[in-house]
Amino acid sequence: MTEKLKILVTAKRVVDYNVKVRVKPDHSGIDTNNVKMSMNPFDEIAVEEAVRLKEKGVAAEIIVVSVGDNKSVETLRTALALGADRAILVETNDAIQPLGIAKILQALVKQEQPDLVIMGKQSIDGDNNQTGQMLAALLDWSQGTFISELTIENHKANVTREIDGGLETLALTLPAVVTTDLRLNEPRYASLPNIMKAKKKPLETVTIDSLGVTPKTRFEITKVEPPAQRSAGIKVETVEELVEKLKTAGVV
Amino acid sequence: MNSIVVAEHNNQQLNPVTLKVITAAKQLGDDITVIVIGHDCAAVAAQAAKAQGVSKVIQADAPGYQHQLAENVAPLVADLAKQAKYVLAPATTFGKNFMPRVAALLDVAQLSEVIEIIDADTFKRPIYAGNGIATVKSSDPQKVMTVRSVAFAATDIGSEAVPIETIDNVVGGDKTTFVKQTLNESDRPELTAAKVVISGGRGLQSGENFKILEKLADVLGAAIGASRAAVDAGYVPNDYQVGQTGKIVAPELYIAVGISGAIQHLAGMKESKIIVAINKDEEAPIFQVADYGIVGDLFEIVPKFTELLSC
Repeated sequence: MTEKLKILVTAKRVVDYNVKVRVKPDHSGIDTNNVKMSMNPFDEIAVEEAVRLKEKGVAAEIIVVSVGDNKSVETLRTALALGADRAILVETNDAIQPLGIAKILQALVKQEQPDLVIMGKQSIDGDNNQTGQMLAALLDWSQGTFISELTIENHKANVTREIDGGLETLALTLPAVVTTDLRLNEPRYASLPNIMKAKKKPLETVTIDSLGVTPKTRFEITKVEPPAQRSAGIKVETVEELVEKLKTAGVV
Repeated sequence: MNSIVVAEHNNQQLNPVTLKVITAAKQLGDDITVIVIGHDCAAVAAQAAKAQGVSKVIQADAPGYQHQLAENVAPLVADLAKQAKYVLAPATTFGKNFMPRVAALLDVAQLSEVIEIIDADTFKRPIYAGNGIATVKSSDPQKVMTVRSVAFAATDIGSEAVPIETIDNVVGGDKTTFVKQTLNESDRPELTAAKVVISGGRGLQSGENFKILEKLADVLGAAIGASRAAVDAGYVPNDYQVGQTGKIVAPELYIAVGISGAIQHLAGMKESKIIVAINKDEEAPIFQVADYGIVGDLFEIVPKFTELLSC
């Protein structure tokens, strides 16, 4: 039997990974004014994986979701240009914390009934690495985190996970949540014709209220400091000199 | 109980990372319970029972816990944690996998990769690949957190053992099944526990060329790591990766070979005691954090270095 899965993927708008971010002088946060924003790299991998499943005939429909302000429409259009079929923006100007995002996604899952949710393992701003696992817990679904391989067979997702020291393979009963690691795939670039086509694909905007979710503030970031700086040491001219220095330091 | 520490282990040995998490728990108060979840894991429970600062060990031992799947571990921890103020686990792929599930089941936030405990509610953790250190004040009644092990020293192992309670009820069902695990066979120390780490970057040019690092590693008893660029280029497996999205290391000596020093990489190694950089580009950012830098051809320098250290 061929599978025809409905897939939900998530895409967050974050500071582009090439940007060297700076802490604001008053230590109130990271300066995100006038910096380039892009789709979270792990989410790009998630979108790519969903598109590949559709190209293989395993997936029937790909819905991409973002939670954020109206600028996240750009991120969703990028996902549509990469091959997602339709998009949902859960529009908010508040910074929703991971458990709140997981509850929003839980509500959307109830509404859309996907067979598989593919998410990035973490976003490169908060670096939390939580939301996928939290969503799986709220839904009481199977999870496959940090995956580098995904195949669908007999309504099961076989995933290879990147774990410390090696790899682990699990069989997940669908529906399930999986989160992507770097080596899962190499995302494509959106072609110009696809970017044009994406403008015509459906994009629905909803509010958090309309989903019946009330995200709570569970913590407050009171300060953001730059990390302790290491100062540059010395350059040595020869390998002999290097060995001597290391012996003096007692590390070799 | 004040806090619960979920032990990382392979059913035979307690992973030393757990001893560092116990140190973090000690800073939050007395009355620490360590939970060992696995199968035939009595030896692990016995080791945990001797860790200083621990008041009790719970050994959840059943075939259903053999592979420590998140779907089974999380509901058990959430259940045992009902009376605890703090739930801690290492910020490794083990802890990162199930702890957010525990937090969601308890309906609280998770604090990821805690590097410092300020007070009962306030913690520090890195954001933006370590480019910012956030002070986070939690208002949840229970705090669930993963702890970055390099930020805490290991608690001592004593000779007295605390009581071990055994339970064997398996929760969480069987929607997920374990298929296999392929661990990289290596006689070398584990990256995050090694005293010396040698990492290679794109400058190595191929996976084959990592052999010159292996020879140096043999002499120094070092672990081998890599930059994300080297992993992306397919020179070495992903679990070699040192950096914000890979492993965080803080050895006595870190030798960066052919690594330019992207922020992402620096975030994973800048807590090392002494950093050596070998790179042909004298402008490479890695030199800005290196205690000792040497500019030149790594294919000449590394063999020479190996030779000098062998004699």
